[in-house]
Amino acid sequence: MAWVNAIIQGVLTGGLYALFACGLSLMFGVMKVVNLAHGDLAVVAGYVAIAIIAVTHVPVLWSFLIVVPVMAVLGYVLQRTIIQSALGRGALTTLLVTFGLSIVIENGLLQFASANTRGIGVGLALVRDSFSLGSQIQIGYLLVVIFATAVIVLLGLQYFLSASKYGRLIRASADDPEAVQLSGADYRHVFGIAAAIALGTVALAGIAYGMYSQLQPTTGTDTILLFAFAAVVIGGLGSLWGTLLGGVVLGVAQQIGAQINISYEVLAGYLVFLAVLVLRPQGLTARRTQP
Amino acid sequence: MTAPEAVTQPLLDVRDLVVQHGQLRALDGISLRVSAGEVYAIIGANGAGKSTLLRTIAGLHAPTAGSVLFDGQDVTSLRPERRARQGIVMVPEGRRLFGSLTVEENLKVGATYARPGPWTIERVYEMFDWMRDRRSQRTAQLSGGEQQSVAIGRALVANPRVLLLDELSLGLAPVVIQRIYGMLPQILATGLTVLLVEQDVSQALRVASHIHCLLEGRTTLEGKPGDATAEQVEAAYFGLAGAASATPPGGRSEA
Repeated sequence: MAWVNAIIQGVLTGGLYALFACGLSLMFGVMKVVNLAHGDLAVVAGYVAIAIIAVTHVPVLWSFLIVVPVMAVLGYVLQRTIIQSALGRGALTTLLVTFGLSIVIENGLLQFASANTRGIGVGLALVRDSFSLGSQIQIGYLLVVIFATAVIVLLGLQYFLSASKYGRLIRASADDPEAVQLSGADYRHVFGIAAAIALGTVALAGIAYGMYSQLQPTTGTDTILLFAFAAVVIGGLGSLWGTLLGGVVLGVAQQIGAQINISYEVLAGYLVFLAVLVLRPQGLTARRTQP
Repeated sequence: MTAPEAVTQPLLDVRDLVVQHGQLRALDGISLRVSAGEVYAIIGANGAGKSTLLRTIAGLHAPTAGSVLFDGQDVTSLRPERRARQGIVMVPEGRRLFGSLTVEENLKVGATYARPGPWTIERVYEMFDWMRDRRSQRTAQLSGGEQQSVAIGRALVANPRVLLLDELSLGLAPVVIQRIYGMLPQILATGLTVLLVEQDVSQALRVASHIHCLLEGRTTLEGKPGDATAEQVEAAYFGLAGAASATPPGGRSEA
């Protein structure tokens, strides 16, 4: 029964990791940008949520209605300014620029928000309570909500990308930005929209992690970014549902590792990550390269 | 230029275009005037600067000197997407379809910022009758000629005023090339102007109302297809000695 519990907990945690990963995957899939500031931006979103809740007393759960648009605008601006200007100068430049952004954000948070850990909605019934399945399995409501959120986000993204005008332009721009221009679309604006969506999901990831665990200025790089990377690589680069699969595999591996020995939790996740890199580098949801 | 052409304002007026690719001067003072309704063919060997010329007109290269006027307006500093929305639409070399999109989605992208006009996705399906049945296939599953047709359709649904066709024949079998060029009259009948680049000289001579030969970024021959002899065209194409003096740029009256 303990193993069943580990698997259930792992699957649910996978929803959180999928939330971490889908923005990273989208930005890589569309702009070919590996956003090293991805995790830090999630932490920023979490801090913004904390500030908004403290100042305006909006209910914790509804804070996302403000934070998601704020982060989306930030994503559009970041893409149209520093990321776009780096894009024209080679893949390494975007890596350096987002790495720099990551350092700036992390130190900015340390400076202005201190190194203390903070949680979101601490003591809230949703965060604290759980229900039981049988006698040994306790499932937290929060993880179920986060998993459901991840599935809703992925469904929404898939629908947007496949059925809407801008979704189509985003996919076309990912294929060939120059050809998109010939059809009258400004690919820079399209990239901006993709970045806005990516950072919208990052906002949800930051809030979710702040409720699930605690945020600290370094959480972005040492947890969120790394788990997002692992989930994306395991699931397959550029594949949306791959991020959910990758997140679930990572989550289950961690929980099984923890079941064997609590100190193996993180290690087990990375072992699976490494195994996928070696045995199936294109990820579990194979997406063949374009001809 | 003959008298009536000189009076009407050209739809596309390219003046003394110079384009530099690093050290290489790809275009060295090219001028051309395309009137409405014309099929203007730019011919030349590999590396003559044909594609660079077309790409510069579309806005994908910035010229170091010279200007591009479209319908009397200077569009030299406009971004490619602005030019496309004004009606300069290019079918790029190598087709450049969106590989992860279906046939219909490719056409829809082309129609996103379409000008009002006769061309719709439906009309493209009528012209290429196989396309409707295969509209939900990925373009990677199509043959080269079919891909070229989709690329042309994607440009047409934007309702261009001038259609730039870059090396339509590239990598296609002769029979397929014939079929695609056979569509040209239908396209022209809707009031479009066509500026095309073609390596296949005989094909260009067959369809064009005006030819313009480039050699190493310079004009070596210009005129109506009937006015130049095969020898003159050959000389201008390959840059044989004495050709330049026999047919100076713009000069064709002696033929």
